[in-house]
Amino acid sequence: MIQLLVFLPIVTALIAGLGGRVIGATAAKGLTTAGLFVSAALAWVVFTQFWLSGAQGYTVHVLDWIQSGDLRVAWALKVDTLTAVMLVVITSVSALVHLYSWGYMAEDPSQGRFFAYLSLFTFAMLMLVTADNLVQMFFGWEGVGLASYLLIGFWYYKPSANAAAMKAFVVNRVGDFGFSLGIFATFLVFGTVSLDAILGNVGAHAGQTFSFLGGRADVMTTLCLLLFVGAMGKSAQLGLHTWLPDAMEGPTPVSALIHAATMVTAGVFMVCRLSPMFEASVTAQAVVTYVGAATALFAASVALVQTDIKRVIAYSTCSQLGYMFFAAGSGAYGAAMFHLFTHAFFKALLFLGAGSVIHAMHHEQDMRFYGALRKHIPITFAMMTIGTLALTGFFFTAGYYSKDAILEAAFANGSDHARFAFVIGAFVALLTSFYSWRLVFLTFYGEPRWAGSEHIQHAVHGDHGHDDHAHDTHAHDTHAHHAPATGTAGYHPHESPLSMLLPLFVLGLGALGAGWLWHESFVGAHEGGEFWRGSLAFREPLMEAMHHVPEWVVWTPSVAFFLGLIGAWYAYLRRPETPAAWARTFSWAYAFLTHKWYFDELYHFVFVRGAQALGGLFWVRGDQRTIDRFGPDGAATVVAAGAVALKRFQSGYVYSYALVMLVGLAASAAWFLRGGL
Amino acid sequence: MPILSIMILLPVVAALVAVTLPGEAPEQAARARIVALATTLLEFALGVVLWTGFDASGAPFQFVEKLPLFAPYLAWHLGIDGIALMLIVLSVFLMPMCILASWTSISKRVPEYMAAFLLMESLMIGTFAARDIFLFYLFFEGGLIPMFLIIGVWGGARRIYASYKFFLYTLLGSVLMLVAMLYMVGIAGSTDIGVLATTDFDKGAQFWLFLAFFASFAVKMPMWPVHTWLPDAHVEAPTAGSVILAGVLLKLGGYGFVRFSLPMFPDASAQLIWLVFALSMVAVVYTSLVALVQRDMKKLIAYSSVAHMAFVTAGLFALNTQGIEGAMVMMLSHGLVSGALFLCVGVIYDRLHTREIARYGGLADNMPRYALLLMLFTMASVGLPATSGFVSEFLVLLGLYQVSTWATFWMTTGIILGAAYMLYLYWRVAFGTAAGEDARTMPDLSGRELAILVPIALAVLWMGIYPASFQVPMKPAVAAVVDRLKGRELATLPTEMSLTPALPTVIAPAHAAEAPERTH
Repeated sequence: MIQLLVFLPIVTALIAGLGGRVIGATAAKGLTTAGLFVSAALAWVVFTQFWLSGAQGYTVHVLDWIQSGDLRVAWALKVDTLTAVMLVVITSVSALVHLYSWGYMAEDPSQGRFFAYLSLFTFAMLMLVTADNLVQMFFGWEGVGLASYLLIGFWYYKPSANAAAMKAFVVNRVGDFGFSLGIFATFLVFGTVSLDAILGNVGAHAGQTFSFLGGRADVMTTLCLLLFVGAMGKSAQLGLHTWLPDAMEGPTPVSALIHAATMVTAGVFMVCRLSPMFEASVTAQAVVTYVGAATALFAASVALVQTDIKRVIAYSTCSQLGYMFFAAGSGAYGAAMFHLFTHAFFKALLFLGAGSVIHAMHHEQDMRFYGALRKHIPITFAMMTIGTLALTGFFFTAGYYSKDAILEAAFANGSDHARFAFVIGAFVALLTSFYSWRLVFLTFYGEPRWAGSEHIQHAVHGDHGHDDHAHDTHAHDTHAHHAPATGTAGYHPHESPLSMLLPLFVLGLGALGAGWLWHESFVGAHEGGEFWRGSLAFREPLMEAMHHVPEWVVWTPSVAFFLGLIGAWYAYLRRPETPAAWARTFSWAYAFLTHKWYFDELYHFVFVRGAQALGGLFWVRGDQRTIDRFGPDGAATVVAAGAVALKRFQSGYVYSYALVMLVGLAASAAWFLRGGL
Repeated sequence: MPILSIMILLPVVAALVAVTLPGEAPEQAARARIVALATTLLEFALGVVLWTGFDASGAPFQFVEKLPLFAPYLAWHLGIDGIALMLIVLSVFLMPMCILASWTSISKRVPEYMAAFLLMESLMIGTFAARDIFLFYLFFEGGLIPMFLIIGVWGGARRIYASYKFFLYTLLGSVLMLVAMLYMVGIAGSTDIGVLATTDFDKGAQFWLFLAFFASFAVKMPMWPVHTWLPDAHVEAPTAGSVILAGVLLKLGGYGFVRFSLPMFPDASAQLIWLVFALSMVAVVYTSLVALVQRDMKKLIAYSSVAHMAFVTAGLFALNTQGIEGAMVMMLSHGLVSGALFLCVGVIYDRLHTREIARYGGLADNMPRYALLLMLFTMASVGLPATSGFVSEFLVLLGLYQVSTWATFWMTTGIILGAAYMLYLYWRVAFGTAAGEDARTMPDLSGRELAILVPIALAVLWMGIYPASFQVPMKPAVAAVVDRLKGRELATLPTEMSLTPALPTVIAPAHAAEAPERTH
């Protein structure tokens, strides 16, 4: 059954992708969507076995992969509670996104390709979460990276989409650099890459040291941090986050599936999967916690000033991933997975809702040109409100349970880093509430400001086809939009078709009920241990302590929710002139936020320009003016001069050759003696 | 049946036939093409016979033939182990593709062109199958001559410069290697490679012998800083010439290391790993950055080849099973992938007659099949798992990590830089919008072009998903090399990687204490 669940999406993807022209777009769409619904149904069966029937984890061997010396890597599917949770999240959201795309992508000329990519992505993600060894996890890791690259760049004629796609791949490769080194080091220490063998043997290596880059380092800390670099890349944590906002260039269903619900949570999954290793290194846990908390704060602060509806949600995702990481760093892996689980529902809901708004507003994504939409697209409005309530942690919604669990666990942990994360987390809850309600108010309330939008103008004047996504629509402030003007410009937004609304209903149900239904299983002090059954490091005392934190800790998130809501209401409904006034008063802070803390500028200057400059330098000065000039060209010149041809020819060549070699040798020897091998 | 001799001699006969065919020039050309294709397909069939007939658990060298031709100086002594087998299979697999790729794009002196390729096939098989050191030398150096002609006669505008550079670089190394071979034969009293590989040369002599061979193999690889002939040679060579150059000729260096340097000079190899690592690290970072700023497609792929070959050298000199097996798979994988990438360049070069990247763009629109295959080969080049590139890169780095974390650290940056230059290339060629009307109206792949690229694509995936088919025959040969290297004293640098028990941490001087004992 697990084989069918995992491999069905790749079969349908291959048929739709390679044979799309033969079988036609409708067949391709139908096949992939049907395949995903079958997979989703099977995933729920698997999940129920673990949830209610207490099934034991198992591994299915599919095929040998790489064997060399002591290294044994197989294609194998490992299923336990942790995997089952991920299976449900992945296949359910993917199936709904497939369905949603019937409506959203209806006018796109290459739908077969789109659906094939979606199914390909799902397959890679399933391989990632069912991996029984680090190398197969890396396969899934890279596979989802490829699918993400292809889908971000789906509208490949848009330069901005291509740039975003390439950025996503290369930045993720920086994370993969750490992941790879982590795998090599793990193999050196454990002599295996099999997860069961590694996790069962952590105790034997805890506290050991080994030589790493010329120094001696603690084994577990080094392994965990190297692997965590991979998680940071995939989950867009501070420093390696720059690709995620740009990834919004992809079609909106992609953002919901890949850049909210599934792929970006792979890093959290990895940390939870390897939780026994992280438990063996306090340093690694502290780093994970600090990085998570810093990301939560950074992304929430930037989300405050974004004007593109998708970018607000993207930064929100980045921020919520920070929550998951600091939960894991605080030792509350169950809470991290719980937030991953609930977040998948409400964030996918918000993205698909945003897609519905964008669909209604003729591809306009800038919230400055929205307003008053609640009357025109009431169903979308209702669903977006549910998503926002869940995200901001309103009582008894999914986010309420999971975010509270995280903050309580961080407080109950008691260590310095966890307390720090608690303070940051509480403050970020306030920011989250503010920017989320800001989004709702700007979009659905107030006066219509549609007339300022080029897209709406095109729609009204009819010189702009629906399927023309070629416009560079992201929200750089200098974009050639007209100044915000009020009025509808005679445009009539239309509610989305049923294929798009149906997924919203299902996700809305999850956003409301998933927390209430499952919180005992995921984070309950006793039920939790029974539910996870050793698939992650479940600290029962910590979970127990969570239930005995002071009253004010319990109330903090709710207070943050109301403060944020009131703040947004005041700034965007009661006194709509406030934001502009604030932006003028605190212009340096505003610039800092709109420039996203200047990460992109810095990276562009250091890495992109730096690499190009070095490349040019090596090519022209190195290859042409040094190696060639003193090597073959020098010899050629001597030959051409014709004087004592043979003798000079050989000596000239040999000497310059020897010179270059000597310089190289001396430089490398000096370098080696300095840094050690 | 002397199958190896047949495989070596058949192309020579076919080459003679091709240049002596009757008829007017056009008919002659058409017939020469058919002769060449039929011969290379037959060779491939024989290669498959070798592969299926090879018994991985049997004798180390199989299909042995021995004819004391000019004994004791030179014997017609052939035989293959798994390493030679896989490289021969790679060669005979790529050859028909080369002939097909030249089907319409070469119109000048076709019979001679086909003859040059056939001769090259013969010489390459001979190089891998030779068990006599001088026979090896003849094939090894002889293989350069057809390549020299292919670039010099059928090449681009600067073909004379390129072929001259190519020749000059390889000349020096060859001379030194020949001197070293003469010395070795004098000491060992035999020209048999098997005997030489088990002779224990004096350690002082090993050092110089190693360097002499190194000069030749480093140029062939090519290693930094003797790599600058490669971009020029690729740029000027016709498509099929590039394919053979990247696919097979670059493998001669790696083959030389694993067949000669490692088993014959094991002590020198272990002592000089730092040299190889340093050059490999520099090569990966340096040539990857250079590849990033190229405007000519072939140059970009040529520089990427230098980076990939650095993985081969680093893996071989990790001196352990994973490193050497990884290096072998890397040679096969790079042969397929870079060959395919050059073929892909050839496809659009045939249509637009330029290699300038800026002249293309938006090919995903009018050439979707091409875009898909190019994507696959791009991903294989950047080492995406489930392609051959990953298996090789992963094994090399895994093996290398056990010897040197610094070297692994720098080599692994290649996965970032590789992604950067390859995706930047793909972006500019296949995505975006066409640079001009001529690029927009290029037709998608023809049946002939699909017949060239699809088999390579399948091989790349096969090697990526189930590499055992390719690894298993090579395992005994690699194990023999590893055995020969076992216990050699490594360069005395802080390479100690063993785990120490829990605190307190002591950096034990165990290394220095044990070393003198092991040297005896």
